[in-house]
Amino acid sequence: MTAHIIVEHLYVEAGPTEQPVTIVDDVSFSLQRGEVLALIGESGSGKTTIALTLLGYARPGCRIIGGSVMVGKDNMADKAESQLAGLRGRKVAYVAQSAAAAFNPSRRIMDQVVESALMHGLMTRKEAEAKAVTLFANLSLPSPETIGRRYPHEVSGGQLQRLMAAMALICDPELVIFDEPTTALDVTTQVDVLKAFKVAVKATNTTAVYVSHDLAVVAQMADRILVLQRGRVVENNPTDRILNDAEHPYTQQLLNAVQNNDTVQNKEHSDVVLDIGDIEAGYGKITKAGKPEIPILSGISLKVLRGQTVGIIGESGSGKSTFARVIAGLLPASAGYMVLNNQELPSAIADRGKRECQHIQMVFQNADTALNPSHKVADILGRPLTFFHGLKGEAQKERVAELLELVKLPVALADRKCGALSGGQKQRINLARALAAEPSVILCDEVTSALDTVVAAAILDLLEELQARLNIAIVFISHDISTVKSLCDEVLVLYKGKKVEHGSGSSFACAPYHPYTDLLVSSVPTLDPEWLDSRKRDLDALDISVQNTDDLCRFRDRCPVKLGDQCNTEAPPLRTLTSGKSVLCHRDQAMLVAQ
Amino acid sequence: MMAAIKSMPMSGKVGAVLAACWLFLALFGPWLAPHSANEIVAYDVFEPLGGDYILGTDYIGRDVFSRILDGTRFTIFIPLLAAALACSVGTLIALYSAVSHPRTDEIISRFMDALISIPSKIFSLVMIAAFGSSVPILLTITAISYMPGSFRIARSLAVNVANLDFVTVARTRGESRLYLAVKEILPNILHPMLADFGLRFVFVVLLLSSLSFLGLGVQPPEADLGSLVRENLSGLAEGAPAVIVPAIAIATITIAVNLVIDSLRGAATYAARGR
Repeated sequence: MTAHIIVEHLYVEAGPTEQPVTIVDDVSFSLQRGEVLALIGESGSGKTTIALTLLGYARPGCRIIGGSVMVGKDNMADKAESQLAGLRGRKVAYVAQSAAAAFNPSRRIMDQVVESALMHGLMTRKEAEAKAVTLFANLSLPSPETIGRRYPHEVSGGQLQRLMAAMALICDPELVIFDEPTTALDVTTQVDVLKAFKVAVKATNTTAVYVSHDLAVVAQMADRILVLQRGRVVENNPTDRILNDAEHPYTQQLLNAVQNNDTVQNKEHSDVVLDIGDIEAGYGKITKAGKPEIPILSGISLKVLRGQTVGIIGESGSGKSTFARVIAGLLPASAGYMVLNNQELPSAIADRGKRECQHIQMVFQNADTALNPSHKVADILGRPLTFFHGLKGEAQKERVAELLELVKLPVALADRKCGALSGGQKQRINLARALAAEPSVILCDEVTSALDTVVAAAILDLLEELQARLNIAIVFISHDISTVKSLCDEVLVLYKGKKVEHGSGSSFACAPYHPYTDLLVSSVPTLDPEWLDSRKRDLDALDISVQNTDDLCRFRDRCPVKLGDQCNTEAPPLRTLTSGKSVLCHRDQAMLVAQ
Repeated sequence: MMAAIKSMPMSGKVGAVLAACWLFLALFGPWLAPHSANEIVAYDVFEPLGGDYILGTDYIGRDVFSRILDGTRFTIFIPLLAAALACSVGTLIALYSAVSHPRTDEIISRFMDALISIPSKIFSLVMIAAFGSSVPILLTITAISYMPGSFRIARSLAVNVANLDFVTVARTRGESRLYLAVKEILPNILHPMLADFGLRFVFVVLLLSSLSFLGLGVQPPEADLGSLVRENLSGLAEGAPAVIVPAIAIATITIAVNLVIDSLRGAATYAARGR
């Protein structure tokens, strides 16, 4: 049997024709019908570029300059644009990373899902809609009959991603390309989406190419894995071989980055840097009761010691970023107190003095937007130096060089604009800017989520090293519980603005957990290819947008181990477990262990 | 700058060359003119092209070529100054508005909306009726009528930038509003604002020319291109170059600037996509 997809000696180059940069360099692989191939590598490794050539498409500025891309009997590399239009969507379909951007917000979902089938004239509208409903059911979407009548903003991110897969599968394509389809999702949602994809692909015997930088995710989906580095294939083997017996050092590096799970040694901490008590905050006008119209956080308390790392975890919408904004003073708290270095900290930034601003520095998730693209690196680092410490001229220059050295960047970068830096370099500059102020507390908001695994691991190492050297406190906000567990001395789990679990980092090493934490922990994919199939399905949150304001357990609608009426009528007590952590749940220790 | 012109499409290059020529004529026109602009040189009125006078003569026998060279100054420099005023004042108010409290922002924005709803021509006619027509008045009127438009564009750009993380970082540092506006936001909206400046320039050229055509713009004995069209209107029936050439001149100035702006925009969006 001949292979379904054969790519041979593919070359793609980018940039001006006089000075081309080769971004895909002699790539060859083949795939049987029904197989799933994963393309894995860092950003810039050419994985998306290769996937797009299967559609016969090269991004603006890129050119396919050699080789063949056979899908069935068609060579996608030398077809004319008009011929390709007939094949795309029908024979080869594409699922993009951001479903939110791929759907037109002003049209109903059904119209968009059946569009390609109607455009290619494959079926009547009625047939197409019937087919779509079956696909919705296969992708385990809630109420498949009616979900098509909604608008894209009326479904959740994970559902939208599955709807996008339905859109791709409607014409029964021979090949589906998944381009990082779960990167933008929460871990708990990711599990459902992956599962739905796997079932749908198997059911239709579709060949699939899965692009990702996350080895653990890929391990669940793929039959073969192609590891790419700088546009070249470094390894191409079945999934089992890659996971158990990786040949290339780069693949081993990727594997190590996933398995990096060393637990923290407990350091000695003494004085309290930041003491936060009973914080309530939210958006909108303050009502007569003294609470904001849309409350987000309620009753959050936290003590941060010098040199300590405190982790805050939760899904999107849990209020973790809001908490950081409250500490930074961007969103004044409506109740509660904050004490910084034994002095009361005003809640609004306008009331804070220069010294108070200096001691709390924020590092944002997305270094692309956190650095002003029209400033040079030297200006970005120099400004806090002048502003807080009055450093100018030579002294400032020297300090900028020191800071760059501290975050392990070459001093020569100082004269560059940050548009020309890589993601990891930008994040280091971002960190260096916070350090320039010489703060007591650094707030890190998802600082590694936008980075590739290997780069992210390097940033985390740097963070630990800096903390040991400079003895600063770090509040580390993340949705990734495995990172938080290994990095933090203390961990706080937030769900819908309420603290559901709080304890030392080591107490999170094993069960018992709060049911929500348990869900978070078990949703992190492992390198075991059987992992996905062994997972039980998460209950879809019925209505995530509703913010509970009463004292009842906010997790009760999703809780797999709910205790009937008690959870619906009584406020859960805050229990202290033997490991020293506190858990907000009706179940006691014995019951939590048993779950 | 040269690189930017080099990377433009053909239409942009044509526009740039034409615009540069007009700028040159506006700067040095009076010295290049073969005759004085107000000297009656021929007994024949509305002479055709060629002949003793390259572009013929006007309704009282003055040299059209010299008059155009002289009038270009007004048609280029008044709008240039007015557009610069409108854009810089508009952008500054917009920046202030973007970094201010939402309520301040709201008040300024609604006031600008009120200004923008006054038709520019009627506003100009009323102002000229009240204060008479002189170059400073024309400058003020045109600058005021195009400032709110510039404000709106600058504000919408600035508000987008003001929500980005790097501005938030500067805020948490406790930076002043002036620093936020000028150092953090302004450099990131400068490019589109320059394109907007070009567009406003074209609008002012057209407004000024039409005012002059109505006899309310630049007053005799001085004349801009719009006044030239008007004073020679009686030659229209004969197809005299004295009325056609200034009209063509106005058209080429506006088209040239438009071509340059369009290709700049194309290049900017292409660069944004490539990043």
